Amino acid sequence: MHAQGVAGVVDRVAARYRRDPTCMVQILREIQEACDWISPEAIDRLQATLGLPRTKVEGVAGFYSFFYLNPRGRYRILFSDNITDRMLGSKALIDRLCNSLWVELGKVSEDGLVSVAQTACTGLCDQGPALLVNNYAIGGLTPQRIDEIAELIRSRTPLPEWPAEYFRVEDNIRRTDILLGSELTPGDALRAARARAPDEGLMASNMRSWREGLPTGLGGPVAVLDEIKRANLRGRGGAGFITGLKWEACRNAPLKAGQQRIVVCNADEGEPGTFKDRVLLNTYPDLVFEGMTVAAYAVGATRGFVYLRGEYRYLLDRLNAVLAERRRANLLGADILGNPGADFDIEIHVGAGAYVCGEESALIESLEGKRGTPRNRPPFPVTNGYLDQPTIVNNVETFAAAAMIALKGGDWYAGIGTKHSAGTKILSVSGDCERPGIYEYPFGVSVRQVLHDCGARDTQAVQVSGPSGICVAADEFDRIIGFEDIPTAGAFTVFDHSRDMFEVARNYVHFFQHESCGFCTPCRVGTSLLKNLMDKLHNGAGSPYDFAEIENLNRLLQSMSHCGLGHTACNPVLDTIAKFRPAYEKHMIHSEFTPAFDLDRELAEARQMTGRDDAGAHLASVHGGRA
Amino acid sequence: MSQSFVLDGKGIPFEDGQTILQAAGNAGVFIPHLCFHPEFKPHGSCKLCTVKVNGRHTASCTMRAMPGMVVESNTEELNGERRALTQMLFVEGNHFCPSCEKSGNCQLQATAYHLGMMSPHFDHFFPNRAVDASHPEFLLDFNRCILCSLCVRASRDVDGKNVFALSGRGIKTHLIVNAKSGRLADTDFSLADKAASVCPVGVILRKRQGFAVPIGERRFDKAPIEASAKEA
Ligand SMILES: Cc1cc2nc3c(=O)[nH]c(=O)nc-3n(C[C@H](O)[C@H](O)[C@H](O)COP(=O)(O)O)c2cc1C
Ligand code: SF4
Ligand code: SF4
Ligand code: FES
Repeated sequence: MHAQGVAGVVDRVAARYRRDPTCMVQILREIQEACDWISPEAIDRLQATLGLPRTKVEGVAGFYSFFYLNPRGRYRILFSDNITDRMLGSKALIDRLCNSLWVELGKVSEDGLVSVAQTACTGLCDQGPALLVNNYAIGGLTPQRIDEIAELIRSRTPLPEWPAEYFRVEDNIRRTDILLGSELTPGDALRAARARAPDEGLMASNMRSWREGLPTGLGGPVAVLDEIKRANLRGRGGAGFITGLKWEACRNAPLKAGQQRIVVCNADEGEPGTFKDRVLLNTYPDLVFEGMTVAAYAVGATRGFVYLRGEYRYLLDRLNAVLAERRRANLLGADILGNPGADFDIEIHVGAGAYVCGEESALIESLEGKRGTPRNRPPFPVTNGYLDQPTIVNNVETFAAAAMIALKGGDWYAGIGTKHSAGTKILSVSGDCERPGIYEYPFGVSVRQVLHDCGARDTQAVQVSGPSGICVAADEFDRIIGFEDIPTAGAFTVFDHSRDMFEVARNYVHFFQHESCGFCTPCRVGTSLLKNLMDKLHNGAGSPYDFAEIENLNRLLQSMSHCGLGHTACNPVLDTIAKFRPAYEKHMIHSEFTPAFDLDRELAEARQMTGRDDAGAHLASVHGGRA
Repeated sequence: MSQSFVLDGKGIPFEDGQTILQAAGNAGVFIPHLCFHPEFKPHGSCKLCTVKVNGRHTASCTMRAMPGMVVESNTEELNGERRALTQMLFVEGNHFCPSCEKSGNCQLQATAYHLGMMSPHFDHFFPNRAVDASHPEFLLDFNRCILCSLCVRASRDVDGKNVFALSGRGIKTHLIVNAKSGRLADTDFSLADKAASVCPVGVILRKRQGFAVPIGERRFDKAPIEASAKEA
């Protein structure tokens, strides 16, 4: 693009975001959408416009996978590289597209038109293999569709003119319960929340209503908080923190002058194998926004954000339309439902390819326009969150549940599920089964039941809650989904007996290595070491020595890492070693330490350059395994 | 104020707001650290300073001291973990101590000695990192960068310049300088900057000063790093 054109784009985008540096990630995203990449000229202009040092802009842009500081073509293809995509044959499709377009994986074509690369799970595991083209998702890939895509690119057909059915994402809802089966009329949960009378004795603490100091809305907020507590609602994002306590801590956190309370909906959904938030936002956005507004009411917040993962960019316009409709209906904005002082609005921030931004403090950093590095805690977001203000961060599903609790009450909700796990859980089922998709169950459902319902046969293992969760083997299928047994953020990935569980774990380790934010030493270096070890086993150089190394790395990552990503990075390996030892034994070819270095493999580049692959161009492989 | 906590069985007094690392330092007890510097806001990234507080691992440079805490630091377990982190930092970059101008003044090297590190243990990554010799007074040898961000904080918070920043992510995290060309010569970096003197390893080096103090007479040749506890 012409230099003047770039400057025009930067000025226009920056102006729309009020030249606010906290919107940096959004500004960079829009610049890239218009210019295909973020050029040095664009950074120059942006730095001047926002009045920031260049290092600041470049540091942020360099953090996110979806921002390109080098040209990546007009068409930027990213194949989803979750294990489920691989199981569905993504590798052959990638090769097919690369061959057809004459481009090497990871590189840009000679004519600068297109690049093909891989990315972490895009949240379409129930309809893979999937890819993103300029961050718009296409699922259900077949060889035929790949050929069509290649043709569209060759003919330089603009993306808006590509067949609309490519971009259709199915919900695949297979089992509904209180959330997915609800038919909430927008506003009803809020009206119910307002109408809730306070319990005896709660009147005093009720004096702080929605807007600090105003004695309006008496009774409502604390009564709602009370219902949430009574419901025994726990967070659905993985950690299972008690929602009522989090909200109360935020409500009770003191505000400094000029501060407000903030409600953040965590829609980063980056855990490979999880896609239920996609469906909630696609088909139940009012339920989620209503839950956020209920939360705002309960904690006294006036500003809300949805942090939408970059892979769900295609949902943005529709979600903004729903927000606009809610404003028209006076369910957002000033004096909500005619309640004076009840002010709350929601804006959507789109992420840019960084799993770690699902971690709540990294998410807040990203919302502030920074690199997504987890913060030092304490202090916690409930007291010092977005721009140092009291902030609650909750998962999409948590808010959906909160809306139903506001409507129907805490006792109703607590009566569903088990004693320790109230309510329902939405599972994202994928992998080796007949009916992948979304299943909502009351807590307490057994793994076996879910396997039965989704039509899984000959199942070897289920990875529950994604790579950072646990791998469940056949003798554990009677275990139940719930905080007392197998907690989960929702992923439920099924593997039948044809799958190599070692390769599953290796895929997950590559994921963590790619997604480590790089802030702390143990995770930045440790995940790379772990990846190298798994690749070493894969390459046939494994020995018991490497097992001991993996165990040492695990201890180090668990004890020394800064955030949950590092803490859980070894989980998939440890679980599969413990439960699927034979899958590893196959790779433990040597009894003594064997170096990872393989001279023959190192010569691959020379072979490629000389176009040779005959026997004379190879050394005998020292590892005796796959060279 | 007579508040205190227990560190390896010894009472350590502290004042409100002090971190474990600071209070320990005041009391003359050394806790290994690399990204901490008394003049800057703690960063908490290298994790060398990790201790166990009431049985749980935590970075002592960011954790505020509280009355009654029971803290372990100088234990075989923790020193082993710190040694492994130090080894990680060595294999992540390219550190050839015998030919490095910082040798003897380098905190990474001194910490490795302190922890009894005898080998790098892990396979070297041998990353490809270019040297920036563009500046008339300074050389940047990124091969040795441990990403402690002290230069970033010094330039931003003291010099008011933002000459340095971290970019990239994960294992590709790297230091950048404030110029479109990416060269230090095109920034306003200068000799008088605080950032010019804070690098704990041998990245930001003054030109034409090579080996002015001979090896053997340098800071950590004279006294091991644990003798500098009070400086925390
Ligand atoms: C590396 C990492 C990634 C995470 N990703 C997500 C995510 O995508 N969505 C989410 O809701 N929570 C995620 N979390 C958990 C959040 O930090 C936080 O606990 C959660 O959003 C709180 O909401 P809840 O209490 O409603 O579950 C992640 C945590 C870590 C450590
Ligand atoms: S554990 Fe990993 S993701 Fe978390 S802060 Fe450390 S480097 Fe970043
Ligand atoms: S250059 Fe030196 S001070 Fe700056 S981050 Fe690297 S090691 Fe730390
Ligand atoms: S000194 Fe505490 S983490 Fe680096």
